[in-house]
Amino acid sequence: MNTQAVRAIYTAEMRRTRNTLLQSVAAPVISTALYFVVFGSAIGSRIESVDGVAYGAFIVPGLMMLSLLTQSISNASFGIFFPKFTGTIYEVMSAPISFFEILIGYVGAAATKSMILGVLILITATFFVDLRIAHPFWMLGFFLLTCVSFSLFGFIIGLWADNFEKLQLIPSLVITPLVFLGGSFYSVDMLPAFWQKISLLNPVLYLISGFRWSFFEVSDVGVGISLSMILVFLLVCIAIVWIMFKTGYKLKP
Amino acid sequence: MTESAPIISIKGLTKTYDNEHQALKGIDLDIREGEILALLGPNGAGKTTLISAICGLVSPSSGTVTVAGYDIIKDFRKTREMIGLVPQELTLGAFERVGNTVAFSRGLFGKAPNAKFIDDLLDELTLGDKKDNMVQQLSGGMKRRVLIAKALSHEPQILFLDEPTAGVDVELRKDMWSIVERLRQSGVTIILTTHYIEEAEEIADRVGVIAGGELLELEDKKTLMEKLGKKQLVVELKNGINTIPSELGEYGLELANDGLKLTYTFDARQERTGMTTLLTSLSQAGLVVTDLNTRQSSLEDIFVDIVKADA
Repeated sequence: MNTQAVRAIYTAEMRRTRNTLLQSVAAPVISTALYFVVFGSAIGSRIESVDGVAYGAFIVPGLMMLSLLTQSISNASFGIFFPKFTGTIYEVMSAPISFFEILIGYVGAAATKSMILGVLILITATFFVDLRIAHPFWMLGFFLLTCVSFSLFGFIIGLWADNFEKLQLIPSLVITPLVFLGGSFYSVDMLPAFWQKISLLNPVLYLISGFRWSFFEVSDVGVGISLSMILVFLLVCIAIVWIMFKTGYKLKP
Repeated sequence: MTESAPIISIKGLTKTYDNEHQALKGIDLDIREGEILALLGPNGAGKTTLISAICGLVSPSSGTVTVAGYDIIKDFRKTREMIGLVPQELTLGAFERVGNTVAFSRGLFGKAPNAKFIDDLLDELTLGDKKDNMVQQLSGGMKRRVLIAKALSHEPQILFLDEPTAGVDVELRKDMWSIVERLRQSGVTIILTTHYIEEAEEIADRVGVIAGGELLELEDKKTLMEKLGKKQLVVELKNGINTIPSELGEYGLELANDGLKLTYTFDARQERTGMTTLLTSLSQAGLVVTDLNTRQSSLEDIFVDIVKADA
């Protein structure tokens, strides 16, 4: 195991975050604060509680998930896409380092960034709403699993994308709609029966539901199903990455 | 040079890209420890593919490569640790500082951080005062130096320089050769690709000629030049002539310098060069010779000959 190399990649990636602090951390925190102001305070004050939870608090897990998902994907995809784009990836590819170690370095750094961000958003939320966390360990579990698996997913997108357009394609066209339609701002119960069924096809719904359960013990689906879904997603991502590395996909002619 | 086990041994190496372009057509090459080997060839000859295959950037289609006895695929950690690569393109991340990016390379190749070593390396490459500069602020020449520093950051035993002097100013070129010389003295094996023949001529111990994915020649530089080198005999005449006298027709002479200079090209490999008979014929034609001068043809001429003969 080339621990020096893993450390080098991880450190370099974290340094990149520090250099772009405003873009990496400040921007998502500010936009989340805006959601709280608009949905939580302004509109939320006219909405009754959802499943016995004040609307402002109800949207916290969904908003955290929104940021975790989009930021994990964008951090990890950019982290591997940029060296590919500039050509500096040659160095990583010629180094005495396995694909697994490359993965730990890049995905580890991206997941770390998302975790920092998630904590910041949680702290921001406490300024706007009263928050309680019913099951801190479950909450932490969902939190970590989400950061890691969506960073992995971002890494896959970064490997696959060969231009900036493709890099933005999946986050903006797939992930953002799925998060918004996955119950970030509402409970699925509020939908007509037909759309409730359709919503169950949305994997992000399970994530948000499980995460919300760990806060308020209210959920759209069972917490066990939520956990299984994210584990399945994690395993699928690992399998895809493994195949990509085995075949040298877009990295090694 | 003594014949020891080769540091790099390439056997039957081929590479066909997905677009069916066959970049390497069965390369066999042993590289000796501590030598400077120049791989000479036109653009698209397969030089970069060859280097990339050894460094792990390209998967070979068939054949084997061993570095210090280790297989480059099975024992990739051992072989890659030993190798430093300076790529042809100026590939550097934009938002990084010089010191950081060089230290990053060292870590990537498994070496523990060593600030002193990195500082000394940067000083040697006259990058000492640029340590905290952002890479994108540097000139092209400086970026090239950073790439060299990155390649040397993990103290490799083998250094690949892919077209090291493409677009490089005279000063950097001189610096580069002094670094190469110092590395050679410390026992580092150096393989460089180039299409500048003077470069191979200047610093290499051996020269390999690559064209069309094949290694056409591999010789000690001196041997190659002697073996294939044409020599020229330049004859200065006392009185200028307008045309070459008919009795000298068989020698294929060229007339220059207002009829005052005759050039005779001969093959140094032949037992009889024809020089003696030419001189006799000259005097029989009544020409008075004031000076004689022979010169060796350059690697460039040799190279053109080899590639032409192959085509």
